[in-house]
Amino acid sequence: MSATTQTRYDVAIIGAGPAGMAAAVEVTKAGLSAIVLDEQPAPGGQIYRGIETNDDKRTKILGPDYAAGRDIAKAFRESRAEYLPGATVWNIDSALGIDVSLGNGSKHIQAGAIVVATGAIERPTPMPGWTLPGVTTAGALQILLKANGVVSDDVVFVGSGPLLSLIAAQMLKAGVKPRAIVETVPRSRYLAALKHVPAALGASSYLMKGMAMMLSLRRAGVPIYRDATAIRIEGAGKAEAVTFTSGGTSHRLETTSVALHQGIVPNQQVTRLLRCEHEWNKSQHCFVPKVDESFETTMADVYVAGDGAGIGGAVAAKLRGRLVGLRIAEKAGRGNAQERRSVTDALMREAKIRPLLETLYAPSPEILAPADETLVCRCEEVTAGDIRKAVDLGAPGPNQVKSFLRSGMGPCQGRMCGLAVSEIIASRRGEPISEIGYYRIRPPLKPLLLSELAALESEEAVPADLADESAAVH
Amino acid sequence: MNGTPMADLIVVGGGLHGCSAALHAAKRGLSVIVIEKDNAGRHASGVNAGGVRRLGRNYAEVPISVRSMEIWHRIGDLVDDDCGFQRCPQIKVAETEAELETLEKRAADLRELGFTHEVIVDQQELRRLLPAVAPHCVGGLASLDDGFAIPYNTTFAFQRKARTLGVQFFEKTRVEKVRRDGNDWHVDTSAGTFIGRNLLNCAGAWAGEIARQLGEHAPIEAIAPMMIVTARMKRFCDAVVGGCGRPLSFKQAENGTVIIGGGRRGYPDPKTNKSEMRFSQLRYSAETAIGIFPIMKSATIVRSWAGIEGRMPDDIPVIGPSSTHENAFHAFGFSAHGFQLGPAVGELMAELIATGHTNAPIAPFSITRFAHS
Repeated sequence: MSATTQTRYDVAIIGAGPAGMAAAVEVTKAGLSAIVLDEQPAPGGQIYRGIETNDDKRTKILGPDYAAGRDIAKAFRESRAEYLPGATVWNIDSALGIDVSLGNGSKHIQAGAIVVATGAIERPTPMPGWTLPGVTTAGALQILLKANGVVSDDVVFVGSGPLLSLIAAQMLKAGVKPRAIVETVPRSRYLAALKHVPAALGASSYLMKGMAMMLSLRRAGVPIYRDATAIRIEGAGKAEAVTFTSGGTSHRLETTSVALHQGIVPNQQVTRLLRCEHEWNKSQHCFVPKVDESFETTMADVYVAGDGAGIGGAVAAKLRGRLVGLRIAEKAGRGNAQERRSVTDALMREAKIRPLLETLYAPSPEILAPADETLVCRCEEVTAGDIRKAVDLGAPGPNQVKSFLRSGMGPCQGRMCGLAVSEIIASRRGEPISEIGYYRIRPPLKPLLLSELAALESEEAVPADLADESAAVH
Repeated sequence: MNGTPMADLIVVGGGLHGCSAALHAAKRGLSVIVIEKDNAGRHASGVNAGGVRRLGRNYAEVPISVRSMEIWHRIGDLVDDDCGFQRCPQIKVAETEAELETLEKRAADLRELGFTHEVIVDQQELRRLLPAVAPHCVGGLASLDDGFAIPYNTTFAFQRKARTLGVQFFEKTRVEKVRRDGNDWHVDTSAGTFIGRNLLNCAGAWAGEIARQLGEHAPIEAIAPMMIVTARMKRFCDAVVGGCGRPLSFKQAENGTVIIGGGRRGYPDPKTNKSEMRFSQLRYSAETAIGIFPIMKSATIVRSWAGIEGRMPDDIPVIGPSSTHENAFHAFGFSAHGFQLGPAVGELMAELIATGHTNAPIAPFSITRFAHS
């Protein structure tokens, strides 16, 4: 790897998680020039955060799946890809020009192809009390664990999904016992999920791992409340307790630390900004960019590798990254059909666990239909009731609701409320969410200093189909 | 569709001007249909900077702008909603003595025409009105009783009020052809044909095609004025500020966010409804904002966007009857400053359509001015 000098690359890869790293390795192996832009100071993404620096002790706590990231990061470091850490991509134009903020200035990069490897974000979990200090997401807790070895005491985990149990189990290994797990999976789901078990046996390592996690939690005596409903986080000024109903009884767990989780969903910001087409994935209950079998989007030369193309997990992310890399190489006349086939086969094996997980851990009905008084957009303090009222007044979709109420206009730029807002509008209008759509995403993709824009020195390419500025409308 | 929808007036375009004309026409007892290819307020009307200003207008527009301001000051009476309208000074800042002289000349010209709403402010007064303004600014021109509103909420309020008066909106319905059949207008759309006694072209950047079908030449250009919104900042500015020597439109909203516009243009693509930012141009807006308000150095941009708007070669709109057909009318091409005019132009168009005449001085806006270009 070398310091960045060029401004044009065959391939620009956004994100240095497993997908981005694997794509970088493949395209550079094929002799293409590549740059990897990543916000973090070191490679790994969220899943392998701190992979190069964590000691054996912490790596052991995080488990063998985490440790597997070492080889990926090593191969990436050894590749000829240029790597730009601490780089925040804030705009991409339709001619595949990328504006990057480097903290002390901006850089404009022209790419021949773009690999969006920006992964997933945690699903928004609007529920009473979710904005109180002391309430975080399970993913945020895990980041603290990976990055700093910090673990909170006395955490009550609320929600569902494999990540929830994984983080709880990792905390146990780190020597801290979670207070409880309040699981929102309705009983009926277990029955519904049963039919997917035979297929899931094709990816039995996941089943084994899941069972081992549950076993360790049970052995440690972590109480698990199942089929929890009517969940509220209570407190004056900060979290003080979680109340809920489980097994026909009301419970109240006193705690100052609550971690919420309802699974993860693709981070759509980049693909929405580029106006790639998206579709609603019923099974994963989220929007995913429309991609072909090589993960190329509806916008030519824009690929989505990793969880950004639909949640598949870390192993699938790496395989998808490789596949995208191989496809880009093939387009450049340097293909390897055999390798592509074997990666595709491995991806199919990897996918066998998904139907089971997606059936079992579909988002909790409660967060999909928050009560009127629940805040949905935290930045602008817009409630579910405000959104329903705007719909009743005639606002037809997320963009009109956004203009009317400012939902999604705050510093998080809609990441935290986007799906929930679309969901609420769809249900209020009685229309499928695929018709309702999602926020239009506007640059900058991440907040940018005005002074940095003022100092911008770029000669961006004029997008061909938009070039004729004076085009009269006839 | 069951049966052909018919009305006294068919308005093409559900922007602020379309909604306003529809509302005023309904108040006069006309039955009205509005046909909009997207949703009301989707383009320039819903996403502009929201300035409600008489300040700095083309002299031909001043009388209509002054009338519109009267309506704005009581906007709730018209649409049962405050539209987020805030009364505040609009100020054009002079950064040099030469710029101040230009502004002084304008104020004198306007006084001669009988308008006194624009006044010169000296450096001391400028600093009183704008404590955060950069030290080098020497003065300005102000219209103290202007203000700003929230664009989408305004257009949405006009639409809602029009609806309660019986106006029918057909959104996501694209007009393909307007044609004369006997005494009526037949409007063919993606959702079938509509029939109207009168036709009003409020199609914004897309209005040139409707004019063409009426046999009229309207050299409209689609433009995409760009805007920036920052994260919330501590209150430091209670006026809407424009530049004199360099383009700027600047204001701090009620919630503390700062909205920066001022005419730097992105790439419009009216065929697909899309526009694209052009940061190599937008950087000048950032530079100007920091130049006039040094406090903006620490501001963080959260969002930027560009709405599609129609611009005429002489930068003033087309307002008035068609020159080729009876019962056809135009109100479009507001060239990125039509928001404040919406209430009054709707009012005068409704008058014109309902009664056949208006006393409003619309002669300078005749579509015939392009007939030989």
